[in-house]
Amino acid sequence: MIPSLLLHILLLLLMPPLLLGVINKTKAAFAGRYGAPFLQPYYDLAKLFRKGSVFSTTTTWIFRAGPVVTLSATLVAALLVPLGNHPAIISFNGDMILFAYLFGLARFFTTSAALDTGSPFEGMGAAREVTFACLVEPTLFFILITLARMSKSLSLTPMLTYPSPTVWIGAGATMLLLVGALFITLLAENCRIPFDDPNTHLELTMIHEVMVLDHSGPAFGLILYGAALKLFVLGAVFVNLAFPFKTGNLLLDWGIFVAAMLVLAVLIGVVESVMARLRLVRIPQLLVAATILSAFAMLLIVR
Amino acid sequence: MVFVAHIFGDPVGSLLWAIVLLGLSGLPGLLLKRPGPGQLLSVVITLSAAVWGMAGALRILGGAPATHYLLDWQLPFGPCELAVDPLSALFLIPLLLAAACCSLYGAAYLPAAAQPVVEKKVTLFSGLLLASMASVLVARNGVMLLMAWELMALSSWLLLLTYQQDAQVERAGMVYLLATHTGTMALFVLFSLLRGQTGSFVFPAAHSLTLVGPLAVVVLLAALIGFGAKAGIMPLHIWLPGAHANAPSHVSALMSGIMLKVGLYGILRTVSFFHELPVWFGWLVLLLGGVSAVTGIALASYQRDLKRLLACSSIENIGIICIGLGMALVGMQSGNQTLLVFGLVGAFMHILNHALFKPLLFLGSGVIIHASGTRQIDRMGGLSRILPRTAPLFLVGSLAICGLPPLNGFVGELFLYFGAFSDGLSAPLPLIAFIAPVLALVGGLAVITFVKLYGAVFLGSARDSAARQGHEAPFAMVAPMALLAGLCLLAGVGAPLLLQLVEPVVIDYAAVSPALFTRLTGIVPLPQIALMNGLLLGLMLVVWLVWRLLVQQTPVTSADTWGCGYLAPTPRIQYTGSSFADLAAGLFAGLVGARTTLTGLSGHFPAASRLALDGTERILDRMIIPCLHGADWCLAWLRRMQSGHLHLYILYVFATLFALMVWSHL
Repeated sequence: MIPSLLLHILLLLLMPPLLLGVINKTKAAFAGRYGAPFLQPYYDLAKLFRKGSVFSTTTTWIFRAGPVVTLSATLVAALLVPLGNHPAIISFNGDMILFAYLFGLARFFTTSAALDTGSPFEGMGAAREVTFACLVEPTLFFILITLARMSKSLSLTPMLTYPSPTVWIGAGATMLLLVGALFITLLAENCRIPFDDPNTHLELTMIHEVMVLDHSGPAFGLILYGAALKLFVLGAVFVNLAFPFKTGNLLLDWGIFVAAMLVLAVLIGVVESVMARLRLVRIPQLLVAATILSAFAMLLIVR
Repeated sequence: MVFVAHIFGDPVGSLLWAIVLLGLSGLPGLLLKRPGPGQLLSVVITLSAAVWGMAGALRILGGAPATHYLLDWQLPFGPCELAVDPLSALFLIPLLLAAACCSLYGAAYLPAAAQPVVEKKVTLFSGLLLASMASVLVARNGVMLLMAWELMALSSWLLLLTYQQDAQVERAGMVYLLATHTGTMALFVLFSLLRGQTGSFVFPAAHSLTLVGPLAVVVLLAALIGFGAKAGIMPLHIWLPGAHANAPSHVSALMSGIMLKVGLYGILRTVSFFHELPVWFGWLVLLLGGVSAVTGIALASYQRDLKRLLACSSIENIGIICIGLGMALVGMQSGNQTLLVFGLVGAFMHILNHALFKPLLFLGSGVIIHASGTRQIDRMGGLSRILPRTAPLFLVGSLAICGLPPLNGFVGELFLYFGAFSDGLSAPLPLIAFIAPVLALVGGLAVITFVKLYGAVFLGSARDSAARQGHEAPFAMVAPMALLAGLCLLAGVGAPLLLQLVEPVVIDYAAVSPALFTRLTGIVPLPQIALMNGLLLGLMLVVWLVWRLLVQQTPVTSADTWGCGYLAPTPRIQYTGSSFADLAAGLFAGLVGARTTLTGLSGHFPAASRLALDGTERILDRMIIPCLHGADWCLAWLRRMQSGHLHLYILYVFATLFALMVWSHL
């Protein structure tokens, strides 16, 4: 039990940046490049933590609190999610509501920190972030209700460990809709293509990257790490639904989970390689479509 | 003498004394010639009345026997009964807290020395408003309630007209007066019909009224319109943004934090008379709540006036409370105890929570307006530098109103989510489960609204030269805000305490057994949430320490904000509040009536141009005002009666009495 818990915590803390490495490697492979090494995100973080910081003269303590609060809220949310067949570190009735609201708290501080700089670009990014997030939240709750009804439970661990190949055979349509809606949510919440391009440095096309333009040094490192952790957490939710294979063997289950997460990273890399970023006016349409998909899933399970 | 001793020892008696004291608190100021001592005296009276009354209200919630008092009045409307049950006590607690906070704040906000005339008026009517609201809560006789109701409407109207030279204020006052009296008209219908049923204006005992058919429909609709208009439920909210925006800030805090709730109290009280509610009523309240919540916050997100924004967000919060209330009523009607308890706990908690963070935000808005000299959000910016104490307190209020952990707003909404999810788990047709995505959408819009508000007002740099010269508020203004913010944090981190406060009210109101209440609320993980909140705060501290350590080992420099290569930035190029909300307003264009006017941009070499973004009051401007103009045109002939000569009015009274006398002898 204890070694498994230790492994759980280590994986939670150490694996997130690897996902970014895998995504970038996939994109490089599609572009015919050799690409940066898998561990590049770790090197980047190590470099940032040793770098100096520049603080804008317009900023206040909110700007400094932004990365701290965001990372802390994401860490607490990460404790609530089961990894594969392994239950979450903390699990209680209704933890999924706290899970959703912790991301709200993180968003409040990320966007406030962006507005604190007084930069029009960052204001623009913050406005997009809160607006798109507001469209994503109903989707998340439709997914949660559907899962709650299927698993007869109000806690993330039983809800997310409930899907299994049998469930997929029995309620395939619902699961497919849920996975579709969740994948769109995952991409939107983590600001990946087609919603946002994490690579561009043309500020006007961006959402997340533009909000953190003024952060530097260790603070920027915290932000990058927090973003990777968020991808990991929502990815774990997705993997539990989409790859619900369980063996009952402790080590084998860990292996399946890690492999599934890496497959997800490759999948995101493929999406980013074959798609272009959507025009800004199209983004709300896709998000509303995801909401309708998830509502559809709920209708199918209610009948 | 025995009687006096009795009334002082009795919790209800102490509350009644507190009400009398509140009502009289403004009088000494009228009699004293020098400005100043009167105001000070009124603060002292209000504070002591609040403490005294609060002790009484808490004892009632603690289970003290609720004494009934009979007022011996010589009016033909039956005995005037006064009583305080847990439901009244639940509303009296925030009322007394707000009374204390707003009175202290008002002494510094409107100092008698600077504005002797205005101050006397405001102090007198604030006291009357507080006393009349409290009287509505303790009255157990329809006529007594209506009298207090009218006093409440008029005193708040007079407070709203504090700065009546302003045309905007005058218009807001007119709309308010019309709306409130339309509501009162519905209440006349309500209490006359009730009297027809029970034979007396005294309220029927709880769950004793058996009404069926059209009469039940009329009674319930009259209550919903009459009380709902005061609560600001959509579409009866038309008066609310104007009235709350134009009153002095501490009065807005009272109106928004407390007076709206008095309207909800009326609905709750009327519902409690019924032995069995019709099915549709709960669903109607639920639907109106959902509409109010979404539309209210969508409207708020687009407001450019600081206080209008807060007022519109009150509509949203009333909507959330109505969602809980509707859920409870549906549960009550269908015998679903889970929905009943979760709905009521959620609604009651949100009533208390909103009465903490909304006054906090309105009091903060007063400080902001003093410091920046404007109510226009787009002209502010960077105020956290000159308001170092107000800014963090306002942040606490903003986080709380968005329902984010670890603050109190989250706790109330948690119960509503549990109601929705319990329905989603078990109901054959889980319609109520749809509340969860609606609440999530409202939460998302609230984050847009309050990030915009906090960001545009406090962060960045000042957009207007006036906003650079303000100063921090004095202690008497900051202390009430600090108290409210502290209570927001306490109620959030110590959520089980909040539940304890609400428990006796739910048990008494819904007639559920304490054992069932404990079992049901035991499902909601308040201790775990409290633990997680502690963990969250602890983690923040750890991450912050790590970050400090890293930053201390590396060089830190200070520079201008990175302008992406643009070298001549000015504060004017910052993203304004309007720009921030514009994207969302585009999505909810049908609801908020966003209007963009662009002038002067044409041809190859356009001259100076002007872009204005504005929200319209769709229901008021497009529906109500045209209707009123129509009524004005139709009834023009009646106006001839209104000559303005006193002797003619006396003649009207005489003629009416004479006609009635003749009629009674026919």
